[in-house]
Amino acid sequence: MPKLKNIKKVLVIGSGPIIIGQAAEFDYAGTQACRALKEEGLEVVLVNSNPATIMTDINIADRVYVEPINVEFLESVIKRERPDSLLATLGGQVGLNLAMALDEKGILSEYNVKLLGTQIASIKRGEDRELFKETMEKINQPIPESTIVETVMAACEFGKKIGYPLIVRPAYTLGGTGGGIADDEEELIDIVQKGLGYSPISQCLIERSIAGWKEIEFEVIRDAADNCITVCSMENVDPVGVHTGDSIVVAPAQTLNDKEVHMLRQASIDIVRELGVCGGCNVQLALDPFSENYYVIEVNPRVSRSSALASKATGYPIAKVTTKIAVGYNLDEIENAVTKKTKACFEPTIDYIVLKFPRWPFDKFVTADRTLGTQMKATGEVMAIERSFEASMLKAIRSLEIGLTHLEMPELKALSDEEIKDRIKLIDDQRIFVITEALRRGITIDYIYDITKMDKWFLYKINNIVKMEKALQTHPLTPSLLLKAKKLGFADSVIGGYVGKTMMEIREMRKANGILPTYKMVDTCAAEFEAETPYYYSTYATEDEVAVSDKKKVVVLGSGPIRIGQGVEFDYCSVHSVWALKELGYETIIINNNPETVSTDFDISDKLYFEPLTLEDVLNVIDKEQPEGVIVQFGGQTAINLAGPLDKAGVKILGSSVDSIDRAEDRERFEQLLTDCEIPRPKGHTVFDTAGALKAAADVGYPVMVRPSYVLGGRAMEIVYNDEELKHYMSSAVKASKEHPVLVDHYLQGTEVEVDAICDGKEVLIPGIMEHVERAGVHSGDSIAVYPPRSLSESVIRTIINYTNKMALGLEVKGMINIQYIVRNDHVYVIEVNPRSSRTVPFLSKVTGVPMVNVATKAAMGRSLKEQGYRAGLKLFPDYYAVKAPVFSFNKMSNVDITLGPEMKSTGEVMAVDYQYSRALYKACIASGINVPHEGSILITVADMDKEEAAEIAKGFEELGYRVTATGGTAEYLNNHDIEVRVATKVSEGSPNILDDIKEGHISMVINTTNHGRDAERDGFKIRRSTVEHAIACLTSLDTARELQHVMSAMRRRRVISIVALQDLAWED
Amino acid sequence: MHKIVRKGKLVLKDGSVFEGDLYGKRNAVGEVVFTTGMSGYQETLTDPSFCGQIVVMTYPLIGNYGINPMFNQGKKSYFQGYVIGEMCDYPSNWRSEETLEAFLEKQDVPTLVGVDTRAITRKIREYGVLKGIIVPAETSQEEIDALLATPDAHDQIAQVTTKEKYTLGNGKYHVAVLDFGIKQNILNYLQCFDCHLTVFPAYTPAEEVLAVNPDGIFLSNGPGDPKDVPEIIANVQKLMGKKPIFGICMGHQILALANGADTYKMKFGHRGVNQPVKDLRTGKIVISSQNHGYAVDEKSLEGKNIRISHISMNDGTIEGLEYGDHPSFAVQYHPEACPGPGGHEALFIRFIDMMEGR
Repeated sequence: MPKLKNIKKVLVIGSGPIIIGQAAEFDYAGTQACRALKEEGLEVVLVNSNPATIMTDINIADRVYVEPINVEFLESVIKRERPDSLLATLGGQVGLNLAMALDEKGILSEYNVKLLGTQIASIKRGEDRELFKETMEKINQPIPESTIVETVMAACEFGKKIGYPLIVRPAYTLGGTGGGIADDEEELIDIVQKGLGYSPISQCLIERSIAGWKEIEFEVIRDAADNCITVCSMENVDPVGVHTGDSIVVAPAQTLNDKEVHMLRQASIDIVRELGVCGGCNVQLALDPFSENYYVIEVNPRVSRSSALASKATGYPIAKVTTKIAVGYNLDEIENAVTKKTKACFEPTIDYIVLKFPRWPFDKFVTADRTLGTQMKATGEVMAIERSFEASMLKAIRSLEIGLTHLEMPELKALSDEEIKDRIKLIDDQRIFVITEALRRGITIDYIYDITKMDKWFLYKINNIVKMEKALQTHPLTPSLLLKAKKLGFADSVIGGYVGKTMMEIREMRKANGILPTYKMVDTCAAEFEAETPYYYSTYATEDEVAVSDKKKVVVLGSGPIRIGQGVEFDYCSVHSVWALKELGYETIIINNNPETVSTDFDISDKLYFEPLTLEDVLNVIDKEQPEGVIVQFGGQTAINLAGPLDKAGVKILGSSVDSIDRAEDRERFEQLLTDCEIPRPKGHTVFDTAGALKAAADVGYPVMVRPSYVLGGRAMEIVYNDEELKHYMSSAVKASKEHPVLVDHYLQGTEVEVDAICDGKEVLIPGIMEHVERAGVHSGDSIAVYPPRSLSESVIRTIINYTNKMALGLEVKGMINIQYIVRNDHVYVIEVNPRSSRTVPFLSKVTGVPMVNVATKAAMGRSLKEQGYRAGLKLFPDYYAVKAPVFSFNKMSNVDITLGPEMKSTGEVMAVDYQYSRALYKACIASGINVPHEGSILITVADMDKEEAAEIAKGFEELGYRVTATGGTAEYLNNHDIEVRVATKVSEGSPNILDDIKEGHISMVINTTNHGRDAERDGFKIRRSTVEHAIACLTSLDTARELQHVMSAMRRRRVISIVALQDLAWED
Repeated sequence: MHKIVRKGKLVLKDGSVFEGDLYGKRNAVGEVVFTTGMSGYQETLTDPSFCGQIVVMTYPLIGNYGINPMFNQGKKSYFQGYVIGEMCDYPSNWRSEETLEAFLEKQDVPTLVGVDTRAITRKIREYGVLKGIIVPAETSQEEIDALLATPDAHDQIAQVTTKEKYTLGNGKYHVAVLDFGIKQNILNYLQCFDCHLTVFPAYTPAEEVLAVNPDGIFLSNGPGDPKDVPEIIANVQKLMGKKPIFGICMGHQILALANGADTYKMKFGHRGVNQPVKDLRTGKIVISSQNHGYAVDEKSLEGKNIRISHISMNDGTIEGLEYGDHPSFAVQYHPEACPGPGGHEALFIRFIDMMEGR
């Protein structure tokens, strides 16, 4: 029972979709919170729009509402469920902002809902710039000179008074959206103008820049009795100036003496006490590298990304403890879940060094501005644990999956020393690699320090890595040198590279000389007490602590860092796979390196190895544990990529075989399968050069879909319409060769359909079929998906079932299979098959009631569908509709084109369910953040070939009372088709033009498609970017626009707010 | 890569051996203990309470921010030996004046580097503190056996206490300090709280102490077993009731023994800066710096007018006592921090209050 007796039913607000600045860490925190509440016997009501989460599973909360997270929907949930209390500090900034809004609107008091944990007044003192400043002044905590402005003019005045550089931070925004550093007045004007737009309360904080100071963070926990502890100190390798989410971070702080550590620790505690936070709180401070002067930068009065990191870095479950505090416990009444003997009221101490490295999406957004500043750009992160900085760093690099195994970027080799020196100045995602390259070239630490202000301690450590490289290059590889290299964290493959040997040869040499990793425990207490957590990391030391049991075991590979194309959904799958294996009586072992996730919580699997997901690191764990086999089908492409090499190394891949995976991935073998099964696919060829591509295109006919043969998330995939574009693509987008062929397929314009099915080798269960709103050509991850399908005929559905069965059985799938189809004129074509879990599995599991990963895992382990009580075939469609919609983070990424195409661009997704299709879609749009206007003017500017369709859509909007604005050709066309159009000036026709219209708020939505000429796109690009900056909806697919228009028409006179709990959905067997 | 002096090893009484790179000229023989603080290595190295011990740092990266004399807690390091994971070659901090390696050389502390310190910690956790030696790798078994058979050290206080009485500061309250190996920051704290100090050698007779007519008496921290010093205990008995007494660590243990309580040797003690202590009077928990291998036995308090004021949240052992028969109190932990967290000023204020007769 909770300490507070009057609590019975708690409402928990999740953080919604994954966006830059708010990733999987809140699924981890929220799941821990819900479990901690249930432990207390409380009824939990959860609202979260993100279906790809563990926390929205029906067994995590008693009532799960996958609904838009806004005041209206929350009020509706409160009204129906009548919770007595609200827990809002575990749902990120979204949760916090919403709690404040609910309070302000009087909803909490109206329905008698008590806010648990940190109270509104405390939240405001931490969040509101002016109140924060006052509070800090009251307790003599220094904050940089600053002012709050609501106008650009005021900002300029402040600049005149205290000088530049200045930092601009818009109030109440995520990840510092819209902020930046201004070096002069001109820059200040630009940043403030935008910042005021981003801030929901039109406020910006302007403050003196302390760029170059050490950036230190403390995670603090306080209870209602005013007991206060710090969980962990963290030091950013990148000094102040780079957002902490984009910084390389180590824990504990490395370059501070004891006096400095405790000075900042005490400041953090004093601040948290004064704010009156109850639960977890993050405090960021800047320390002058040459004195004991410091400034308080920021406080987050809630569980945050940093607290997830601190939890995983120390083993201290901050979210759980925060939840227990919220229901009335004090720190000395909460068990230390790690030791089970001591209490949560202590400060963790660690005996290793943790390093966090951000994962940026620049591999996807190649045109994006890569510089790092106050605006966070990373989509995810990895964490590494080792006993030296060097080894931690190298482990982190290996974990990133950016094609590197070492702190070395081959393309930097080509730069001259001068160019390298120049590049050091650039603060971007590659800086650490540039610095290492500079050290390799003999550029001095002092030189690098003067530019970067990165503490020399870090630079010396990186130089140790460079020194070891030189040693490996110049000395024979003796066992003693090999051991030293391993202690510094060098990968076998990297060592092999220096001495002309393969990774396997080095591995053999290691084994022959007894150079094996030892595994140590993460126990919160540096071994002072016996701990029970099965949470391990590798290091080359003398004692290994892992007790290997004689139980039958299975290793589940996780999915590494969150990135575009591989999000939290694969973590969801890994966790469910572990749970299913536990049900079968296996000891489960997870290998993963993402600190934000549920899978790396220490009480999910029987054993957690926090390691990079490379062949070497995985094989080492397998050597140690000797499992029956490895499950790869739930860890996304990360795990799938390891299947072949693991198989070759003699490791049993459980479920679908490596041969099945290869038959789906290898073009020729896949075609053979389709031929054997008599399944059609769009005609296509594999080519190795431009001439071949042109010939192939001529054969299959334009438009063609072109892409490199090995892709993840549609990378470098394009639709081209003519020879010219094809030549351009072949010369710029890909480097085709014999080893890296390019695929040229006819682009079939039709309805895209997606199926996730489970096969036990004999029978196939199809839980559901999803139909996409956008036609083929828009990446499936960026499409709106609808379940059950709305437009498919019975014959098409029958064909899809038939093809799915044939392919699953033909590929001898044991477990999950995902297939994408195109339906055109009632013909069904296959475009892609993946014998693994897909992005849509959590969504489909939730809306069909089939625990897909559970069933698939058991199938992979040899349990037939029949044994599991499932009937083969397609599950009966339900009486409701479920819509999955993509969510983008374009406002964090300047210079990225928001047009949807074959390359995936979304960072997350939302789901909505309703008994009425229109409402489900409408809710999905709201949840996904599309700013759906109810009136005003819609700007339509579309490609020539789209004009006919656009006219039809424009007509629809006009009938709903919207005005239509268009430029040039589109305006004329629409005019000729009986639509009243306001003609706007094109960007190229001088100003004021359409961009000014957008800026001044005359446009409430944009529908834009591109002409397929590179130059003509420039205007469109500007328009699209300006919609992002001014937060108005921009639809780049006519399908989305049409659907939205239909839905708005259907919803015009209907209630939008209508909620449904997942527990209330009626599932038929 | 480190400059390798020579190969060396730590040999424990139970025969276990941990190899590493050996810095320093002499052998080390002493009780092997571990401490879990992540920063504060210099304060630890110079804390006289570690006199005669071989100290294992559980945090592997040592020496990161160099050395600055201002952080010294004693006149020198009384360590017998030092065992660490990694010695930082290139420290980086604006306060750094020399490297850890240079400091250790000057202080003549044999140091074993590159050791799996967690493995040693786990051993000590299981078996309790053990005697151990640090010797060069090639040392013969006879020599090792002989070193391990060296009698245990006793009365380390005599080694670390001041030879002469001296005075410090010019504050309002006159405090007589019995120096059992006092840390510099205790002296600093007392002065900050408006005290001027007369610091006495540990064995100064009570009469001499009282002769300066202090407002209060402070019993300091110090190394070793409190039962090694019956003479001091007897002395303290003469001071009790005469003036308010405040004790820290060894001072706390000696005061308890002087009041008829008993102390015992703990399995592996409390050494670190993350130790939670509950103040039983307020119910509040403070995080404290601790360094003790002995504790006051709770059972021995039965029937005495002594109240437990603080306990360890980790194992329930006594961390502070208040005496009913005379105005005295003491804590087992280190409110003066250095290394570790502060926030314990209330104890010093309380001492002032007592001296004021409040």
